[in-house]
Amino acid sequence: MRFLFKTDYEDDIRLFPHSGYIVSYGILLAFLVIAPFVLSSYLVSQLVFVCIYATVGVGLMILTGFTGQASLGHAAFLAIGAYTAAYLQQYNVPFPVYFLAGGLLTGVVGALVGFPALRLTGIYLVIATISFAFIVEEVLARWESVTHGNEGMRIKTLSLFGQAVPQNGPTFYFLCLGVLILTIVGTLNLLRSPTGRAFVAIRDSETAARSMGVNVSLYKVKSFAISAAITGLAGVLFAHKLSFISPEMFTLQLSIEFIIVILIGGTFSLHGAVLGAIFLVMIDPFLTYLKDDLPGIISGLAATFGADSVTAGKVYSNVAAIASANGLKGAIYGVIIVLFVLFEPLGLYGRWLKIKLFFQLFPLYKRATFKRQKIYVKSERNR
Amino acid sequence: MSYFRAENLSLHFGGLKAVDSVSFAVEKGEILSIIGPNGAGKSSIFNLISRIYPPTSGRIFFEDQDITEQPAYDIAGLGIARTFQNIELFENATMLSNLLVGRHRHSATQLWQELLFLPSVRAGEKVHRRRVEQVIEFLDLEAYRDKLISGLPYGVRKVIELARALCSEPKLILLDEPSSGLNVEETDDMSFWIRDMKTELGITVLMVEHDMTLVNRVSDRVIALNYGRVLAMGSPSEVQRHPDVVAAYLGA
Repeated sequence: MRFLFKTDYEDDIRLFPHSGYIVSYGILLAFLVIAPFVLSSYLVSQLVFVCIYATVGVGLMILTGFTGQASLGHAAFLAIGAYTAAYLQQYNVPFPVYFLAGGLLTGVVGALVGFPALRLTGIYLVIATISFAFIVEEVLARWESVTHGNEGMRIKTLSLFGQAVPQNGPTFYFLCLGVLILTIVGTLNLLRSPTGRAFVAIRDSETAARSMGVNVSLYKVKSFAISAAITGLAGVLFAHKLSFISPEMFTLQLSIEFIIVILIGGTFSLHGAVLGAIFLVMIDPFLTYLKDDLPGIISGLAATFGADSVTAGKVYSNVAAIASANGLKGAIYGVIIVLFVLFEPLGLYGRWLKIKLFFQLFPLYKRATFKRQKIYVKSERNR
Repeated sequence: MSYFRAENLSLHFGGLKAVDSVSFAVEKGEILSIIGPNGAGKSSIFNLISRIYPPTSGRIFFEDQDITEQPAYDIAGLGIARTFQNIELFENATMLSNLLVGRHRHSATQLWQELLFLPSVRAGEKVHRRRVEQVIEFLDLEAYRDKLISGLPYGVRKVIELARALCSEPKLILLDEPSSGLNVEETDDMSFWIRDMKTELGITVLMVEHDMTLVNRVSDRVIALNYGRVLAMGSPSEVQRHPDVVAAYLGA
């Protein structure tokens, strides 16, 4: 176990507390840099999705994880970023301009959504953000002069400084990775300065935050704006990655996927956003695989245990019917969320911390360290 | 003119008069305690001063400025800090970041500077940290810097809340039952700190307290409340001998 000997206030400010971090993140970065040249194009494409989802995850983490304001409307923010890109691209606006415009516009919309949030908490805020998402979805479908309605919009190949950047090439991957890294660094900077601490203060006790001089309303709006702006930037990349966008891509299910990203990853850290994104991007092909192969596997098992061919055929068709049922994916996501909230409330990153601590303290690890206390201390909370 | 003044302050919840035209003044550099039975309106007065509730009527002045209409977050900016009866700390943060939130009113950096963590932000952080360390030393909290609040015992939390209030470098501090939940030894420590706050840091203290030992030891003046009204005002021993106060506590 490593004991840090702090001699300077700087020791608590710097991003990498000790050299071990630099080594491990250096190895990770080296892997990510050589990845597009050694991995198959399918895996690189998945990595691009991880980067985009993780960027959204970081945005949502600022709002939900650090400011404590739940949102099920982030698909709409993603849509606004994506459509801004698609719209401006028609007029040959260069990429850096519409990239930033997408982020800026989404940030402004986010701030506007933040205003009703000032009076709403918990489930009511969730409902408000859902309705915002539905409004955006409907506007995208109806405002045909701008969004082409349900026909959707095609996105031309990205061109950066006169060079074409195809969405399957390594350059696009590096672009997404760069955006993710910059977002993470920016967020970490925010979290170690007064604004980030004000966010956390609002999450834990609004009354105390206010009495310490935090303008709660202003910071909630700020949090919404920053979160939305980051999601908007991711939306621009998302549009380019898919090269075609239409309103039905930005539904409630996508918002729920973003919630999964932060819940599964762990709602208290930026690591969580990235781990959750990896989890989400991995589970989709896994579910497709199950859908295709599960009937065969189960009927095969039935046959092994002595079922005749007619019964095996029935098993096959029944399982196939269940596996291809509508909305099954949503149900599975729901089950995953419930299981994680019940059994791993700190998410994947929390699990990683526990494993790390286990080896650091071996053989003196105490399970009680992470046990949840079931107490309710605050008798009268000022709201 | 007094340093801090409440004039005919009232707070009514429907027919219930939690605070009923209370007037009092606090002089600069004194320790004024408010005592009274449960439900006398002591904490309500604090909540009126820190603008958690808007008063039904009456006015509040601080340094000759009318602060009755100031938004709640401005009160800290004026130099009035407070603690809460039921601790209101930021549970899932370390003690250091809790105390640094106390520095919020002194932070002058803009959002874009913070996103880039410019040298000005870094320098500001170090100044805040130095101030926080002074408070940590003042209240003997060195052992808890990186501990999460949710894992700390009640007595320590109580001190941390006082520390957070001190970090904002207040001119007037409102202490809502600083000794509730503390054992005798911790209450002794608390009384030393309250006196040190007055003599060393020059902070004016307004305090709600039930523990009469603590009140007698530190207060310059005492106000006794019952049913939202002022019963008596004066030195600790005067107030304790006042017939109305005796009646309020013991029954007539």
